[in-house]
Amino acid sequence: MNKLSEKLAHLLVGFFGCMAVISVAAITIYMLLKGVPALTKVGILDLLFSAEWKPTANPASFGILYMILSSVVGTAGAILLGVPVGLLTAVFLTDITNTGRVNRKLAKGLSAAVELLAAIPSVIYGLIGMMVLNPRMYALEKKIFTGSTTHQFTGGSNMLSAIIVLAIMILPTVINISVSSIKAVPDSMRNASLALGATKIQTIFKVVLPTASSGIMTGIVLGIGRALGEAMAINMVAGGAVNLPLPFCSVKFLTTLLVSEMAYSSGLHRQALFTVGLVLYLFIVAINLILTKMKKGGKQE
Amino acid sequence: MILGKRKIKDLLAQILIYLCAAFSVAVLLLILCFVVKRGVKSVNWSFLTTVTSVRKQTVGIAGNILNTVLIILVSMLIATPIGVGAAIFLNEYAGKGKTVRIIEFTTEVLAGIPSIIFGLFGMLFFGETLGMGYTILTGSLTLSMMVLPLITRNTQEALKTVPDGYRSASIGLGAGKWYMIRTILIPSAMPGILTGVILSIGRIIGESAALLLTAGSAKHLPKTFLGIFDKIFQSGGTLTIQLYLSATSEGDFDTAFGIAVVLLIIVFLMNVLAKTLARKMSPTGKGR
Amino acid sequence: MSGTVKISVRDLNLYYGENHALKNINMDICEREITALIGPSGCGKSTFLKTLNRMNDLVENVRITGQICLDGQDIYDKKLDTTVLREKVGMVFQQPNPFPMSIYDNIAYGPRVHGIRDRRVLDGIVEESLKGAAIWDEVKDRLKTSALGLSGGQQQRICIARALAVKPSVLLMDEPTSALDPVSTSKIEDLMEELKKQYTIVIVTHNMQQALRVSDKTAFFLVGDMVEYADTKTLFSYPQDKRTESYITGRFG
Repeated sequence: MNKLSEKLAHLLVGFFGCMAVISVAAITIYMLLKGVPALTKVGILDLLFSAEWKPTANPASFGILYMILSSVVGTAGAILLGVPVGLLTAVFLTDITNTGRVNRKLAKGLSAAVELLAAIPSVIYGLIGMMVLNPRMYALEKKIFTGSTTHQFTGGSNMLSAIIVLAIMILPTVINISVSSIKAVPDSMRNASLALGATKIQTIFKVVLPTASSGIMTGIVLGIGRALGEAMAINMVAGGAVNLPLPFCSVKFLTTLLVSEMAYSSGLHRQALFTVGLVLYLFIVAINLILTKMKKGGKQE
Repeated sequence: MILGKRKIKDLLAQILIYLCAAFSVAVLLLILCFVVKRGVKSVNWSFLTTVTSVRKQTVGIAGNILNTVLIILVSMLIATPIGVGAAIFLNEYAGKGKTVRIIEFTTEVLAGIPSIIFGLFGMLFFGETLGMGYTILTGSLTLSMMVLPLITRNTQEALKTVPDGYRSASIGLGAGKWYMIRTILIPSAMPGILTGVILSIGRIIGESAALLLTAGSAKHLPKTFLGIFDKIFQSGGTLTIQLYLSATSEGDFDTAFGIAVVLLIIVFLMNVLAKTLARKMSPTGKGR
Repeated sequence: MSGTVKISVRDLNLYYGENHALKNINMDICEREITALIGPSGCGKSTFLKTLNRMNDLVENVRITGQICLDGQDIYDKKLDTTVLREKVGMVFQQPNPFPMSIYDNIAYGPRVHGIRDRRVLDGIVEESLKGAAIWDEVKDRLKTSALGLSGGQQQRICIARALAVKPSVLLMDEPTSALDPVSTSKIEDLMEELKKQYTIVIVTHNMQQALRVSDKTAFFLVGDMVEYADTKTLFSYPQDKRTESYITGRFG
């Protein structure tokens, strides 16, 4: 009896242990199963490299090139904006506030703020973006494009708004990972630099950050993953028209395409959306592979 | 000369660092202030206890609160045993072979999958293949996959801090492995398990994309108490979903900001709770 | 005592919070000599060494009174820039701590932070410094490879070369051989003999034979006091203080 329960327990936790594997396998299989049909029906080239997305027109066209470009550009912009800010914040948390009671209190307060920032639901970021960012973007847009006959006015819902919202949303990820990798840099490196007559700032930029670079890269890649996968917040601020990813254009991302059209789509349109999901999933898988490779490389050093 | 140039560079860098550090705090304060300022007037007793109805002339989110609670309960009921079990398997049974590496790798992959993909999968698999449709159950099953890594990892961390002496002492007394796990390990790892659960609840409360595709957006309350159980098999929008709909298609920003206030308060409380637990868990903590 | 005074220490007291870690130290360190600081661990010898290039400034709650003059200039003067001081007073640490960069970049690091950008000048400094640290022949063909690939003894000589590259006049060495094997240790001791012709060296060592082998003068520290300071031979042969005697005999006996 006792033996039986022991065996059952072993089997059960073993099965639970496999749930992660089963889940990933199931997601992968489903994404492929549902995403491939449209690829063959529309044709890989027409789907991936055509800019025309007119799913309900007759004849319909299903080109997702602009969505892919928007996702890439939006993510790149968020990284370009968010990583320097996050990195310098991490430097502040580690090397600037490492001595003195007041400083430590500052660091503690800032860490708490970053934690809360990470916990805020993405729809709230979207809401704030709509109400705070978009009106200001609109004002800016009116200033820049007065008299322009070609510009399509967006009311401020544009790529730039999305980039700013994404940059803020990836901040906690970048900050947290950078902090832990900067903290892992041994003090002997800092001391060696200071003893050579380098200033604290020189030491940070020429020794500490380069030494922590592989960890920081991990943070950046994780940030890319987050930015690429974010849907709701940017759906609320980016406008949602299919356009080239220019700063003041209303744009649609891979993720926001799914969010906004899944509900009413049917037939080939719906299948094409599954393919969009597959493309997004492949992006994420690629990022995961890069991450694993980086972690392996980090261990060998 | 060189010294002067260096000093200026240093000063500029320092200013930049301070500005960046201030930025995160500024953003947080901006969000908090703006949400509270716009939303606090919407939040009152009737907002929390009624359902929006044109006929009764009420504006309320009680239905969404119930849906959120149901989704949390069902998701955690599914995910907690699986996540804890997986952690126990990884730490206590599986040794150090390939199995562990594969499971840990896929757990990491799972943690990196965006919620919209979970939503798509949940809609297709639970909703269509298994025929559950847009229901709270579909949403909960989907979200339990999403939060699984959080629970597994936190439990694993906690299990790693349980000294080996506990294990061998119990086994030495003739207790079976499972008995030892049940009576010694799980209680010792409880703070870690709870941290995982709280973090997961936090994620579920904030989640929207996955739910939009799986759980639907209904906001009415069940007519009877027992109807709560039926609700699990019906469509139900959470607070975040209602916020999204209010802010976009319905254009009702008072409700949107009211929900935002409620969400921020919950998120803040969860954060405090998780921190308190983490302090209890750390070896320097005075809690244990 | 012979020789020109390079560093003079007057009534130096150092406190870590409540802890009085250095008590009334008075000492003249002579130019182009090797001065060894010995004593049991926790006696304050390393702390004292770090007051000479103000690395103690980095530690929290440190208070220092008294005066230290380098070439007649007070190094604790409020107007003095510590980076300028540390350019003049180089330091080698207990554990070899090369930066995770190429050998070349390690050596060029100091000159670069002090504003030297010209490639040819840097090349010259790198070669000169590596030669000065007697490691040029071993690494000249792989200057672009990582310094972390070298052995511990080589790494420590890279660190010495790195310190030499900013052209200091004083070199502080904090137990530079305690992490090394005997062969590397004797290489570094030979190197010190050579360096002494150009530099004033202060070395902390827990190894009394080493002090005896390499130093001209030795100071014995005990719980924050400098008990005795004399020519090395005199101190080891005829210790004036009972405590010095029991320390050195205790170790040798």
